[in-house]
Amino acid sequence: MELPSTITAGDGAAMDKNTRGRFGDLVFGMIARLAGWFILLVMAGIVIVLASGGWRAFSTFGPGFFTSTAWNPISDHFGAATSIFGTLVTTLIALVFAVPFAFGVAFWLVEMAPPALARFIETAVQLLAAVPSIIFGMWGFFIVVPFMAHYIEPMVTHYLGHVPAIGLLFRGAPYGTGLLTGGLILAIMITPFICSVMTDVFVSIPAVLKESAFGLGATRWEVMRQVVLPWSRQAVMGGIMLGTGRALGETMAVTFVIGNSNRMGWSLFAPGNTIASLIALEFPESSAGSLKLSALLALGAILMIISFITLACSRIFLQRGTSS
Amino acid sequence: MMSAPQSQSTDAGGWQRGGAQAVRRRLVERFVSLLCNMATVVVLFVLFSILWTLITRGAGGLSLPTFLHSTAAPGSGGGLANAIIGSCEQTGLAALIGTPIGMMAGIYLSEFGQDGRIVSLVRFVSDMLLSVPSILVGLFIYLIIVEPAGHFSGMAGTLALAVLFIPIVVRTTEDMLRLVPRAMREAAYALGAPGWRVILNVCLRSARGGIMTGILLALARISGETAPLLFTSLGNLNWSTNLNAPMASLPVTIYQYAGSAYDDWVQMAWTGALLITVAVLATNILARWWLTRNGSAQQ
Repeated sequence: MELPSTITAGDGAAMDKNTRGRFGDLVFGMIARLAGWFILLVMAGIVIVLASGGWRAFSTFGPGFFTSTAWNPISDHFGAATSIFGTLVTTLIALVFAVPFAFGVAFWLVEMAPPALARFIETAVQLLAAVPSIIFGMWGFFIVVPFMAHYIEPMVTHYLGHVPAIGLLFRGAPYGTGLLTGGLILAIMITPFICSVMTDVFVSIPAVLKESAFGLGATRWEVMRQVVLPWSRQAVMGGIMLGTGRALGETMAVTFVIGNSNRMGWSLFAPGNTIASLIALEFPESSAGSLKLSALLALGAILMIISFITLACSRIFLQRGTSS
Repeated sequence: MMSAPQSQSTDAGGWQRGGAQAVRRRLVERFVSLLCNMATVVVLFVLFSILWTLITRGAGGLSLPTFLHSTAAPGSGGGLANAIIGSCEQTGLAALIGTPIGMMAGIYLSEFGQDGRIVSLVRFVSDMLLSVPSILVGLFIYLIIVEPAGHFSGMAGTLALAVLFIPIVVRTTEDMLRLVPRAMREAAYALGAPGWRVILNVCLRSARGGIMTGILLALARISGETAPLLFTSLGNLNWSTNLNAPMASLPVTIYQYAGSAYDDWVQMAWTGALLITVAVLATNILARWWLTRNGSAQQ
């Protein structure tokens, strides 16, 4: 009814186009918002579904769920301690190996590599990151596990097994599968991730900072340690946390090599399990509505919380690192 | 205390002079360089070891029947045809579902900044979704689709892959749209184009090289995923393209075969592993090549 009064302001055709444009904007904006909200919905769905599915296990076992090492489907006793322990230990081992290697490769790529070679090697490292995790699992199971069992583990036991305190970690039968092998495979998988963050950060440092240090006669290592690293510490930490998050939730590669046994002990050679590997193995054997299924979902919720904390840390570090 | 001033005076010349400290610094530098070189060699060695293992063990099964026959009982000469087609179908459909949603969400993040806090919330949550362990996505889809429906299905697998696919596309779309120069948008607005046409016909068009790269990389990533498919599409020994029934896929078939006790199944697992790795790495190389070519064309 009010339309005719506005039409007098301009000619009809322009008006028509204008309203159509505005209508298009409205529809387009709605679709974009819906897509954004859809992501919130999916995330909320995952959290709610896991938490409510695991609620029965949480309420049945109470806080004891976190400290119990039991996993007994026959007597319906389930605890999360062993798999949380396995998850944290393998991730820690992965970091111990991955961080120095990632740093070494990044340092080499940024400071030492001939430019022509650097591009090629950088692509190769990124391709390593693209290899599907099941391939790491197969390679680990058929190549790394026998190698660990025959050479590495007996050797490590021979040299380190008698050392007081840490000797405890390196005793036990050399099965080849176990926490150590799981951690090593994870290390290989997350090294390219950490490395590419480090490379990006090291390249982005203002050239003048490095040049002035070089001008004072500092060596490459001194520039790295006293100029580049302090400047980029936050972002490097962010990259490491990013790798940690990936190691925590990795399933297939770990399932192949960890040995899948619900045990907790000092030896790193002993088979163990992680939250993700336990879910992958036990889920197909648990019937709908059983307490076991609920326990597995509860484990999933715990894994979710652990990886959220890691990711939140990584974001805080990365944001601070890039803003400073 | 006595030696400190003395050493300072001899080292005043620093790097070029002789003296104990200069030698030490040079040695440390050499040592660190050596370690870095070794680290690089080790990482490259791992990559080549994986590729070499795949080629030597997998190439034996690369024959025509592998591509033509479906998986079969051990000893009866099956192939991987159903797994290959299942993987293609689920991955392709996941990409078809995920691309529009992911792109629109990416547009929302980069172009609708006026929505304020909710935009940063969506960005944060999308980043979280990017790093959610993929097995949890499998659990989620199992609980909301497989359990109510009462059976495993290819559709459930497709949706699980789509959930993993979307956040990658969101991230790339947003990053690429941010690279579009402001002047380009302003020029389009000055010509009287409505906002949605500016975004679709100007911004997206100039960012399409980068976005295509992102989509290809996302495709490569989800095509190798095993964990989310275990509880959703489950796997199927027979030829099936029915989305409403359990569907085979290469990664799940590899997982089932690699752990079996039969030599020909393990052989098939290696062949499947070789196929999927070659496909994933080739897609990656293609995507990177595309990006560098497009990047240099724009300059």
